[in-house]
Amino acid sequence: MSAVVDKPKAKRKSGTPKPKYSKDQYLSWYELMLRIRRLEERALLAYSQQKVRGFCHVYIGQEAVAAGIESAIRPQDAIVTAYRQHGTALGRGIASREILAELYGKATGANKGKGGSMHFFSAAHRYFGGNGIVGAQIPIGTGIAFAEKYKGTDNLCVTMFGDGAARQGALHESFNMAMAWKIPVLYICENNGYAMGTSVGRTSNVPDIYKLGLGYDMPSEAVDGMNPESVHEAITKAAAHIRAGKGPYFLEIKTYRYKGHSVSDPAKYRTKDELNEYRAMDPTKTTEQKLLDFGFVTEEELQAIKDMIKNEVEEATKFAEESPFPDASELYTHNYSQKDYPFIMD
Amino acid sequence: MARILQLREALLEAMSEEMRRDENVFLMGEEVAQYNGAYKVSKGMLDEFGEKRVIDTPIAELGFAGIGVGAAMNGLRPIVEFMTWNFAVLAFDQIVNNAAKTLSQSAGEFKCPIVFRGPSGAAGQLAQQHSQTFEAWLANCPGLKVISCIDPYESKGLLKSAIRDDDPICMMESEMLYGMKGEVPEGEYLIPIGVAAVKREGTDVTIVSFNKMILESLKAAEELAKEGISAEVIDLRTIRPLDHHTIVESVKKTNRLVVVDESWPFAGVSAEIAYEVQKYAFDYLDAPVTRVNSADTSLPYAAVFVEEYLPNPTKIMKAVKEVMYTNA
Ligand SMILES: Cc1ncc(C[n+]2csc(CCOP(=O)(O)OP(=O)(O)O)c2C)c(N)n1
Ligand SMILES: [Mg+2]
Repeated sequence: MSAVVDKPKAKRKSGTPKPKYSKDQYLSWYELMLRIRRLEERALLAYSQQKVRGFCHVYIGQEAVAAGIESAIRPQDAIVTAYRQHGTALGRGIASREILAELYGKATGANKGKGGSMHFFSAAHRYFGGNGIVGAQIPIGTGIAFAEKYKGTDNLCVTMFGDGAARQGALHESFNMAMAWKIPVLYICENNGYAMGTSVGRTSNVPDIYKLGLGYDMPSEAVDGMNPESVHEAITKAAAHIRAGKGPYFLEIKTYRYKGHSVSDPAKYRTKDELNEYRAMDPTKTTEQKLLDFGFVTEEELQAIKDMIKNEVEEATKFAEESPFPDASELYTHNYSQKDYPFIMD
Repeated sequence: MARILQLREALLEAMSEEMRRDENVFLMGEEVAQYNGAYKVSKGMLDEFGEKRVIDTPIAELGFAGIGVGAAMNGLRPIVEFMTWNFAVLAFDQIVNNAAKTLSQSAGEFKCPIVFRGPSGAAGQLAQQHSQTFEAWLANCPGLKVISCIDPYESKGLLKSAIRDDDPICMMESEMLYGMKGEVPEGEYLIPIGVAAVKREGTDVTIVSFNKMILESLKAAEELAKEGISAEVIDLRTIRPLDHHTIVESVKKTNRLVVVDESWPFAGVSAEIAYEVQKYAFDYLDAPVTRVNSADTSLPYAAVFVEEYLPNPTKIMKAVKEVMYTNA
C-alpha cells in the first residue's frame, strides 16, 4: 500500500509581475512554439538522412511570430506567406504528421507530396501557402483580402514576407492599391535581419522597414518578435483597425533565425555574438520560464507538455516514414481543373 | 596546357578576364559580392574588382535588370546575374520589352550590350516554381540571343563572346552542374555565338540537345552503341540564333532525328528544330522527327515526379528506337 501524496501545486514566484494573459493563452503559445521547434529539428535530422530533399528553410527562432499571429486573429481570416512556412502552417492547425509526410514527399503529405517544404496550402485552414518567389505573396495577399471585402465579410488576410522581400517593387504597388481601396490586409514583414547572406542594412538606405508604409499613409509600426505577447498585442490592435473598415496596416516584426537561410547555408555572414544575443531571447525558453514564474505549471506539468510534443513528433515521423510515395501518374493531376485536359504525351 | 576546371570556375574566369580587359564591364546581382555568389560563381571577384564593379543588389529583379539596361544604353557592359532564371521572370519586362527592343525602337541610336545570366532547369526536388527552363521563352523574342551550355571550356568561351557582343544576351547555366569538371585551356580564346558542336559522331541517328540534357543524350548514345546503333550527338550551345546548318547536315547523313530538350514540349526548342528539319531536310528523313521533352506539366516535389518528368537515357533510347523502327 502506498500513501496518497498530493501533487505539488504550481506557485507564482515571488516578485514576478502579474501575467498579462491567461494561463491557457500562455500554454497554447508555448505548445505551438515547442511543436514548431521540435518538428523542425526532426525535419533537419531527416534532411541529413536524405529523407527530406530540395530546399528546406526552417523557422527556428521565429516561432513567437506564428504564435502571436494565431492568437490575435480568427480561424476564418486568411494567411499567406513565403517558403519559410512550417511554423505558420502549424499555427494554422495543419497536422504535424501531414507536414512531415509532405517533407518526405509522401502521398499522405499536406499536399500529397507535390509541394514539399516550401509549398503547403490548405483551404480548410484558410492557408494560402507557401510561396517560393520572393515577394510574390505581397500582391497575392492583397488580392485575397480584396476578395473578402468584395464578399462583404469582416475577415482579413495576414500577408507575411521577409525583410528581403520588402525590397521588391510589388510591395509598393500593393501598399498603394491597398490604401487607395481600403483593402483589409495586414502586412507583416518578418524582419529576421537577413535575406540569405544580405543584412537588412545592406539592402537599403531605409533599414527601418516599417517606414515603407508611411509613404502611403498606412499605419505602420515596428514590433518585438521575440515573444508572443508583443506580437499578439500589435496584431490585435491592427486587426481591430482593419476590421473597422479603415484599410491596411503594416507591422515590421523584428525576429531572428537561429539556423542558416536554408539547410545548405553555413551562415558565415553573422557573428556568434549576434546569434547568442538572440538565443538569450529564445521565445520557447522565455515562455517556458514565464509559465513557471507565473505559477501556471509545475516542472512536472511542463514535462508532460514536452513529452506530449515529443510523442507527437515521433508519431508524425513514423507516419511519414511508413506512408507510401505518390504514384508517378499523379504528375498529370492538378495541372488543370479540366478533368480530360489533352496533355502532350509524345 | 589545359587545366581541369569546374563549370563555375570557368565562368568566373570568363567574367574576370573580361573585366580586366574592359573597365566598362561590371557584375551585379543578388549575393554576387560578399557571399561570393549563391553558387560561388563569382568567388573572389569582390576582392579583385571592388565594390564599384561587383555589386550586391537587394532582391529586386525588375529594378536591377532595368538598371542594367539603362547602364548598357549609356555605355557600360553589365553582367546581370539572376540567382536562377525562375526569378528573372520578374525582370522579363526589362529583358523583353526594353533590352530586346532598344536597337529597333531607337533605330540604331542606342545599343543594349548586356548579359543576363544564371542557372536554368530542374535541379533536384525543388518543386514547381524553382524547376523551370527558359530557353524557349526567351528565344521566342527577336532582339535577344540565347546561350545554354554546361561544358566548362565552351561556357567560358561563349560567356566571353557574350560580354563582348553588342546585343543583349541571355545565358543559361545549370545549378546541378556548376561543379562539373572539364578541360579548359590556358590563355585567351573565344567561342562564337550561334554555332553548335558535334559532341559525338555517328551515322544512324542524330540526337540534338543542349544544357544538361546533353549529358543524358551522351549516356544514351553510349548505351545505343553497345546495341549497334551509332548516334551522332549535337550540342546546340546557342539556342538563338539556331545553327540549323549543323543539324541539317547531320540529318542528311543519318536521316533520323531525335531532339532532347528539357523545356516543355509546347512551342519549345524541339518544335522549332522539327520545323526546320522538315523544311530543309524533308527528302532526307526516313522517319518523323521525334522529341524527348520534360512532361507537359508543372514539376511537383516528390522524387517519383522528377523521375517521371525529366528526359533520361531510357526515354531517349526509346525515342531513338522509334525513329529507327527497331522498338520491340
Ligand atoms: C524573386 C526571387 N528572387 C530570389 C529568390 C531566391 N531567394 C530565396 S529566399 C531569398 C532571401 C529572402 O529573404 P527574406 O525575404 O528576408 O526571407 P527569409 O529567408 O529571411 O525568411 C532569396 C534571395 C527567390 N526565391 N525569388
Ligand atoms: Mg529575412
